[in-house]
Amino acid sequence: MSETLVSIWTDANTQWVLIGTLLLGLASGLIGSFALLKKQSLIGDAMAHAALPGICIAFLIHGAKSMSWFIIGAALSGLLATFFIEKIIKLSRIKEDTSIGLVLSVFFGFGIVLLTYINHQSKGNQSGIDDFIFGQAASLVGADVKLISAVAVLLIIITVLLFKELKLLTFDPQFAQGIGLPTGLLNGLLMTLIVGVVVIGLQAVGVILMSAMLITPAIAARYWTERLDHMVIIAGAIGAFSGVFGTLLSTTTKGMPTGPLIIVAATIIFLISMVFAPKRGLLVKAIHQSRLRKQVAREQVLQTLYDFTEQEYVQYKVGNGFHEQQIMKKRPISISMLQKVLSSLEKEELVRRTGDALWCLTEKGLTEAYHITLRNRLMEVYLMNEMTYAHFNIRQDQSMDLLQLPEKVLTELKQLLKQYGREPLVLPEKMNAGKRSYHRYASIGGK
Amino acid sequence: MNSVTVENVTVAYHRKPVLQEVSFSVPEGKLIGIIGPNGAGKSTLIKAILGLVPRASGNVYIYGKPYKQQRKLVGYVPQRGSVDWDFPTNALDVVLMGRYGHIGWFKRPSKKDVEFAMSCLEKVGMKEYANRQISQLSGGQQQRVFLARALAQDATVYFMDEPFVGVDAATEKAIISLLNELKAQGKTVLVVHHDLQTVKEYFDWVLLLNMRKIAIGPTEETFTLENLQKTYGGRLTFLNQQHAIVNQQ
Amino acid sequence: MSYEGWILLTGSLVGISCGIVGCFLILRKMAMLADAISHTVLLGIVGAYLISNSLEGIYMLIGAAIVGILTAFFVQLLHSSGVQSDAAIGVVFTSLFAVGVILLSLFGGKVHLDTDHALMGEITFIPWDILEINGIYLGPKAVWMLGAVLVLNLIIIFLFYKEIKISSFDPDMAVALGIPVLFIHYLLMGMLSLTTVASFDSVGAILVVAMLIVPGATAYLLTDKLSVMLIISALVGVLSAFAGYFIATIFNVSISGSMAVAAGVIFAITFVFSPTHGLLSRWLARKRLQNKSA
Repeated sequence: MSETLVSIWTDANTQWVLIGTLLLGLASGLIGSFALLKKQSLIGDAMAHAALPGICIAFLIHGAKSMSWFIIGAALSGLLATFFIEKIIKLSRIKEDTSIGLVLSVFFGFGIVLLTYINHQSKGNQSGIDDFIFGQAASLVGADVKLISAVAVLLIIITVLLFKELKLLTFDPQFAQGIGLPTGLLNGLLMTLIVGVVVIGLQAVGVILMSAMLITPAIAARYWTERLDHMVIIAGAIGAFSGVFGTLLSTTTKGMPTGPLIIVAATIIFLISMVFAPKRGLLVKAIHQSRLRKQVAREQVLQTLYDFTEQEYVQYKVGNGFHEQQIMKKRPISISMLQKVLSSLEKEELVRRTGDALWCLTEKGLTEAYHITLRNRLMEVYLMNEMTYAHFNIRQDQSMDLLQLPEKVLTELKQLLKQYGREPLVLPEKMNAGKRSYHRYASIGGK
Repeated sequence: MNSVTVENVTVAYHRKPVLQEVSFSVPEGKLIGIIGPNGAGKSTLIKAILGLVPRASGNVYIYGKPYKQQRKLVGYVPQRGSVDWDFPTNALDVVLMGRYGHIGWFKRPSKKDVEFAMSCLEKVGMKEYANRQISQLSGGQQQRVFLARALAQDATVYFMDEPFVGVDAATEKAIISLLNELKAQGKTVLVVHHDLQTVKEYFDWVLLLNMRKIAIGPTEETFTLENLQKTYGGRLTFLNQQHAIVNQQ
Repeated sequence: MSYEGWILLTGSLVGISCGIVGCFLILRKMAMLADAISHTVLLGIVGAYLISNSLEGIYMLIGAAIVGILTAFFVQLLHSSGVQSDAAIGVVFTSLFAVGVILLSLFGGKVHLDTDHALMGEITFIPWDILEINGIYLGPKAVWMLGAVLVLNLIIIFLFYKEIKISSFDPDMAVALGIPVLFIHYLLMGMLSLTTVASFDSVGAILVVAMLIVPGATAYLLTDKLSVMLIISALVGVLSAFAGYFIATIFNVSISGSMAVAAGVIFAITFVFSPTHGLLSRWLARKRLQNKSA
């Protein structure tokens, strides 16, 4: 094993192959990001499968194995497949997914037909076309790799140069058209870029799995950033790493196709990203969720107790606290969660036990609950009148506190609260200058 | 007897509330318009009642029993855009789908079901189109087929989501007379509606909704400028135009 | 029955089973899920072999059904965690397929399965792998397996026809009527996996996709009635199998590939000449309309 590893580092051809797969991974990560955002991931799949007949026809015409002929043949049949897919959708009632699957499988079937024809003609697998199905990076020779690398570099340069146009095209094609960008041309260019990266990847990754080179690094990168330029760079890096990793493993293990190893490497990175990425990862989200759930439960319990207190206040009566069942009827909360929340609130001296499963707010709890209620009800009227206040953009920014809104707006919202009859009525002692105080707090809670 | 009772229904997408503690009861035999601005949660309310979107809390009772036990009493007309009209099926077949709840597992629609479905098509004036493929129907005709399907459900309470959107004047009239016929049979119909102009003419009850229930009751008492202002909030320029509508008649 | 007869029977059974199941996938806009599952059953087959150490059909069916349903489940899972659906399909099937190919390359020496076989199938060998009970010749195993799956599919479709229909056409309405839409979804996924794996041995992974999608799409352009669509789709499947076999024998090329090409040609002809939804008839209708208004 170590010997083979040494030989990899010293063997010039292997070095070229590694450079080739690195550049390939980089290019597919870059271009895949745009394909992903344009929701055209599966078009790449169709193009890759559809390349097979093109390669076979190129072989039949040229009569020998030639990378440049293969690339031309693959690109032409890939583009032809895209053309068919679009025409079928446009000219009949068949929907996109069916059209893709149909064209993909028929082209591939035709490719298999041609492949068996060639194999029978040329006695055995002389053509080397079989390698295109699962990819065999080791079978690449110097000249091929140089061609692949050159095309990859070209694709990368085009993508970088036209970055901002492609960005606009994927984000808002209508706007792009509005400001005079030739969107038809750019779309065609993006398709050509996808075809380009697919065809140069075929020898290393194979027709069946090539689409994953476009999808997986891009989707993994999406977890790490919200910015397209970062996403493109990260996707490129993941693609490049997977390419190198898969190639290394495949050249050291006999008879192991390269494509699946590259894809498994990329998928592992994807899984790691999905679970562990900061902000968007599942783990962080889960932690955040459980914290949020606790906080929401706490706020809900306080607000519910406030609502009940308010009801009694309006009716001029004082009960013997509020039953847990009563709270659960009003709010979607499990009994265990409710009891956990109540006992932690009790420790904070925000609620007080008044009997078996009976609770009421303390004066301190009332103050806290008042503010929570006020904020929630303000949020409510804000949402109800969202159109009027849309420019404050509260919904986008969860951290923004409504109480931080400009004074004028706040007064307006409070006015609305009054109009809807949703003003919190029971005021904490401190704020309750001269008004009727709720006597549970005036007498007991105040102490 | 209250035909529909909604208790404390809350629906939220992520943390953002869409419906907040909506509670109301509707007496039997009323034609109720559910009115409110865009994004007020009108369609969501219907879907929450029918269990098509998860409720964060709350209960729904149909004639005093939980909705799940009373499914057969409930008919539903979804928005027309919610299905693929290229589906290979004809108008009669779609109407027959309304019978599926009654037919039960493993059984086929019987001759009686077919006859019933035909009579439903006839009621909406679509009998001649029974064998027409559904994509070859106009928007108004498609809506009528959906209505016929709801009739085929032979329900006592109907929920309809924007049945007047994108239909021709004749269909609108046909729908309205059908709604009145259902009411006359003592059935309850709740209709999501957004055209304030026609509210007074079409409905005898209104439910004003904007995330919360603003008001519910007989149209003449409830459909007031004050309530509308509460429902439509700050969109006063818009409301000024509506002022005339409320005060006319 | 002759050697040729058995091959044609096998191909026809594949055509009928796939054609019928494919219709529902097309109508539910899940054609790409068929593509995905047809790839991932490879993992199910390899996995079943590694665990059971046998190439018996029943183990393969179980393995494939499990992996097939897992594929649908993973796609759903990724989608609900925020990955757009086309990318979710792409990630899931490529990775599971890649694992399948790697396992096959590592352990494939011992199995008579190889990657070419997995892709193209070996319908030519089908008539030799026969089922014998007590020395009685019962015909090829594959025919029995395909026949059993077809019967099972037909029973399921017959029993749940109206439930499948309404949950495909209007899932909201189906839920409101109390029909378990999710159960129907996984029922179809299970049927798809079984059909795929039973066909896999004969026509290979990619060509199962052709047989699943192309006949259904052809039928979709020929009729406006679901039951008729199912029948036409099955017929197109059989026709593709026959035509494919004869093309293959004339040019001495892959039978399964030829079947896919034949299906493609039938689709292309329908696409242009279908009396209801064809290019030509629609063009003529538009012409007539123009003349009328002119």
